[in-house]
Amino acid sequence: MNAVTAPLRSVRERFRALPRPVKYLFIVAVVVIIYLLPIINPPLITTQDSDFASVLFSCAMYSLVAIGLNIVIGYAGLLDLGYVGFFAVGAFSVGVLGSAHAKLPLIICVPAAIVVTMISGVLLGAPTLRVRGDYLAIVTLGFGEIIRLVLVNTSWLGGPRGISNIPAPPSLHLFDVPHMSWEGFTAYLDLTTTTKFLVFSVTDAVPYYWLAVTIVLIVLFLDWLMQNSRVGRSWEATREDEDAAELMGVPTFRFKLLAFATGAAIGGLSGALFATKQVFINPDNFTIIYSVLFVAMVVVGGQGNRWGVVTAAVLLIWLPEKFRFLSDARFLLFGMALMALAIFRPQGLLPPRRRLRAQRSAEREGVNAEEDPGHIEREVADV
Amino acid sequence: MNLLIHHFWELTITGLTIGAIYALVALGYTLVYGVLRLINFAHSEVFMYGSFAAVWVLMALNAAGATGLGLVGFLLLGGIAAMAASALVAFILELVAYRPLRKRNSPPLIALISAIGASFVLSEAMGLRDKPFAWLGLDAKLADYVGRPRENTPLPALLHSQKLFNFFGYNVTNVDVIILVSAIIMMVVLDQFVRRSRLGRGIRAVAMDAESAALMGVNHNRVIRLTFVIGGIMAGGAAMLYLLKIGVTRYNAGFILGIKAFTAAVLGGIGNLRGALLGGFVLGVAENYGSALVGSQWKDVVAFVLLIVILLFRPTGLLGESLGKARA
Repeated sequence: MNAVTAPLRSVRERFRALPRPVKYLFIVAVVVIIYLLPIINPPLITTQDSDFASVLFSCAMYSLVAIGLNIVIGYAGLLDLGYVGFFAVGAFSVGVLGSAHAKLPLIICVPAAIVVTMISGVLLGAPTLRVRGDYLAIVTLGFGEIIRLVLVNTSWLGGPRGISNIPAPPSLHLFDVPHMSWEGFTAYLDLTTTTKFLVFSVTDAVPYYWLAVTIVLIVLFLDWLMQNSRVGRSWEATREDEDAAELMGVPTFRFKLLAFATGAAIGGLSGALFATKQVFINPDNFTIIYSVLFVAMVVVGGQGNRWGVVTAAVLLIWLPEKFRFLSDARFLLFGMALMALAIFRPQGLLPPRRRLRAQRSAEREGVNAEEDPGHIEREVADV
Repeated sequence: MNLLIHHFWELTITGLTIGAIYALVALGYTLVYGVLRLINFAHSEVFMYGSFAAVWVLMALNAAGATGLGLVGFLLLGGIAAMAASALVAFILELVAYRPLRKRNSPPLIALISAIGASFVLSEAMGLRDKPFAWLGLDAKLADYVGRPRENTPLPALLHSQKLFNFFGYNVTNVDVIILVSAIIMMVVLDQFVRRSRLGRGIRAVAMDAESAALMGVNHNRVIRLTFVIGGIMAGGAAMLYLLKIGVTRYNAGFILGIKAFTAAVLGGIGNLRGALLGGFVLGVAENYGSALVGSQWKDVVAFVLLIVILLFRPTGLLGESLGKARA
């Protein structure tokens, strides 16, 4: 493991040593490259068997899901196995308001969807967050399944056929962006395939990808603000020791509910994104297996580290698309990967730094490592 | 409402039969939770492998249409095959997916991830079972066994449902009787085993306080292995009964049943054996009543709503969690 982390660490140190303007320049460059990915179509990364821009959109959308669930699992320590329920509520809110029963524009639908999911999060959380961890897992699992069954059995929501004709975001044709194509490692500008800048259409997923990335960046920023605020510290205290937190004056129940509602809102937002991109949604898009996948993203990435969960989400979506020729054995390999990861890297790909620090100081004080729940290798450096 | 009153006993008895199956599977969840404090997410696949073992053994023995003593023999044989296969899968599962984590002292959530992974691997391996045989060129010969791996695999026509006697207007069938009687026998045997035998005492000791149990000379690893195997045996028995009732199995048959059984375990108080049994029966019957009241498409919703309501008023389930206590 050290062989992997050591070069990473030196990269991080070198980056930190750069002067501030260079750092900002570097960050801007990375963001621009991320935005341009579907235009550049880089060889090795691009997917041959499915539309690369759509895959990237899925990566961004599921990153959003992972960020939302990370608040619930990673920050507040609540195991939510029914997160797909909120995703579904968000998607169907947009569907109902935008297509099935009203023809509201998406600009109004999306905030409405966020509010509806937030309310559903509070409604689910208020009675159930009082039960202990493992029970919460099954209760949320049940909630996710209830949502799906309600969708299947309610004709007002379209029943098993779902809702179609979900509106697209407002379009605005400014200019055309030509794509790049590659022969081997030589790049060509392909003037025949272009993306109309900010025209959302079924045939071109690139604008949707840009929209999703923008939302992800905004949510990441809000997430960062929240985690470093009083709220974030309260979540951490609640997660580590609920009784101690309560004694120190943290209203733990209220903060758990807040985490649940915030997570739900982000889930709803990603559901709304999903709905507008898909145009057509039905209850089969929201089975329990997705909840499991979402939890896997958070735990694989390293619960509590937003970059970790984003990385894991991107990997877990991109890898199966990249290796589509293995389509039959995809889930088999996915299962094996999860098992291997659990055994060889239980802290996740990128565990949060603060936890590593806590681990190190615990070791310095001679606390028996067995008593520490995190149990992280000592080679992994911090700060 | 009318439906519920007119068919009350029918709904009760069929609910009890499906509830018995839930209860047997729930025992596996609750036992493992009792000693390890973790949700064995892959237990549903243990059940699924048992059901396939029973189907294959009965197919291989050409059991269809047997009568009299032969029928009894085949049923027992199918049950034993299912139990053996499930116990074996549970044993391997513990060895591969859980023991390495325990050695490293991983947090419980990681065990859940490993279990999810194992569950994917097991069910997909069954769903892809034609592939290795196709490479070996045996797929034509074994088509009955490995052909169409994603479709339903039926149990050979063995036991025909016949009405035995009339119970308040419902004709109780032989299948109902077999399921209930054999499930109750298995439950009583298990309950007495855990309560009275030396190994059962070990299980209870580890569930109560693993460290003290180790100090008293209980072999922790052996107890855990045993717990998994017992859970597997119960799941195997449940698989055979499930086949008698439903008639078919498939590579993902365990999934929904596993969730229901886990719900039953939580309903009764996870970690508590009698709680799992009570939870299973309550869930099965309540589902039936619920579907009579509001329509069968809401069956699963009724089950989960019941769970949430009960957890609100009794946060540790109907009987509380106490595998360790003498009342077990």
